[in-house]
Amino acid sequence: MNAADTAWMLIATALVLLMTPALAFFYGGLVRSKNALNTMMMSIVSLGCVGVVWPLLGYSLAFGAGTPLLGDLSAALLRGVGLDLAPGTGIPHLLFASYQGTFAIITAALISGAIVERMRFLPYIAFITLWSVTVYSTVAHWVWGGGWLARLGALDFAGGTVVHITAASAALVAALMIGPRKDFARHAVLPHNVPFTILGAGLLWFGWFGFNGGSALAVNGAAVLAFVNTLLAPSVTLLVWVALDLSRTGKATAAGAATGMVVGLVAITPAAGYVSPLAAMAIGGLVAFPSHFAILWRSHTRLDDSLDVVAAHGVGGVVGALLTGVFAQKAWGAPADGLLAGNPRLLLIQAIAVAATIIFTVAVTGALLKVVALVSALRTTPGEQGLGLDISQHGEEAYTSGDGALLLLSESLPSKSALLVPTEGGAR
Amino acid sequence: MKLIVAVIRPEKLTEVLEALYRLDVKGITASRVQGHGGELERVETYRGTTVKMELSEKVRLEIGVSDHFVERTVRAILGSAQTGEVGDGKVFVLPLEKVYRIRTGEEDRAAVTPVGVDAHRDPAAV
Repeated sequence: MNAADTAWMLIATALVLLMTPALAFFYGGLVRSKNALNTMMMSIVSLGCVGVVWPLLGYSLAFGAGTPLLGDLSAALLRGVGLDLAPGTGIPHLLFASYQGTFAIITAALISGAIVERMRFLPYIAFITLWSVTVYSTVAHWVWGGGWLARLGALDFAGGTVVHITAASAALVAALMIGPRKDFARHAVLPHNVPFTILGAGLLWFGWFGFNGGSALAVNGAAVLAFVNTLLAPSVTLLVWVALDLSRTGKATAAGAATGMVVGLVAITPAAGYVSPLAAMAIGGLVAFPSHFAILWRSHTRLDDSLDVVAAHGVGGVVGALLTGVFAQKAWGAPADGLLAGNPRLLLIQAIAVAATIIFTVAVTGALLKVVALVSALRTTPGEQGLGLDISQHGEEAYTSGDGALLLLSESLPSKSALLVPTEGGAR
Repeated sequence: MKLIVAVIRPEKLTEVLEALYRLDVKGITASRVQGHGGELERVETYRGTTVKMELSEKVRLEIGVSDHFVERTVRAILGSAQTGEVGDGKVFVLPLEKVYRIRTGEEDRAAVTPVGVDAHRDPAAV
């Protein structure tokens, strides 16, 4: 094993893992205080359910040899995944599988932004677990596991297609099928803690150095290039986003700046190890426009994609994937030149990859939600939404003083299912 | 003049305000309070600690109105704050002795009438 590569990939795995709790803060700050814990749990629980199903099944379906369409079960339960080198790398196979697992975890968590403040928690867990082993593993196989998009020559350095376009397509379907929040377009629904959102965006950026820099799977020029591009592109997006805010309302908003950072990170992801630093800055600047205006437009529609997963990750992911086809350069380590280096064919291939990913994800996500809905209602009642999902789904509140709370002793505990109990009783 | 004190569900505040604004009732004080009105209590668990939350979050509105506005104001609150479940809250109507508007020193009916609204218009015309 290559010691330097392995050391870097151990760190990169931890960095990407941090992105899921970071996402919990990013999303958690954007919802109302009565739904803060539920929203954060929707990200956090992915560490559990996808973190478990990935080694058992997901990894094998994504990276097993299989066919161009899907992997196989050869590495299910991590069979044959040990301390020998992963094929074509200098790092242990087990580390490669773990690193990829952190991607699967955050991808599933990203979807939750579209259905916060209304989806019931247990069906959500079932949905993202099934989604991870079907949609995520399949598209990861297409692009990174030797599948048909890889053979076609589609470029996706760190997951613009595999992570962001799949998550955003699923988010769109989930928002449409689960329906809007009861207060959507009737009441102002405002972020309860913008500082949380800034904290989350900052930690996402920090973790993204592992996400993009680690996708070289080694300590080499590609890793350095991806790392630096991950620094440069979001800086430009942040700046352009602030300028767009200023030109529209005369005020630069903090929630906008945090969103701009994430959009820039999304856009540079597929291109990170394939484009020059200046091209990365161009990508960062260009993506701000469609994404910014997609958010403005969405808020005037009936689509309750509550935290704008489609505008941030969908638009950002598509723009990033297509601009990879524009700016990729063999001189900077890309396997193929892009449009500006005289190869328009790459742009066409990128467009095919984007279209195929969206069509497949939309179809399978819709089917999965139908299946889950057969077993359990997907949506909370208006009453539960009024009370807040923290209390109705978790029996906890994010911000409680504890005043007026009576301690219940074990013998007087209500049955497991009882959320509400009549007055009287308790250990006074 | 009466002081109307209403204790309502926080999630109904927007609807109640909209109903009051439609009546030109614009002088409102709102505070977040905790209270108990016989509703079911929430059981919450924090690690090993299970508790029964005796008090629920409510919003308390205080509205001073002239006599001919009392009935309509109360009806507006009843109509907009109701879910039908225990815990919808209460409306109290209290006698009000004197009202002063600090900015102008106006008293009573003139003081409880919002700026720009005719204090003497016929309530039946609304």
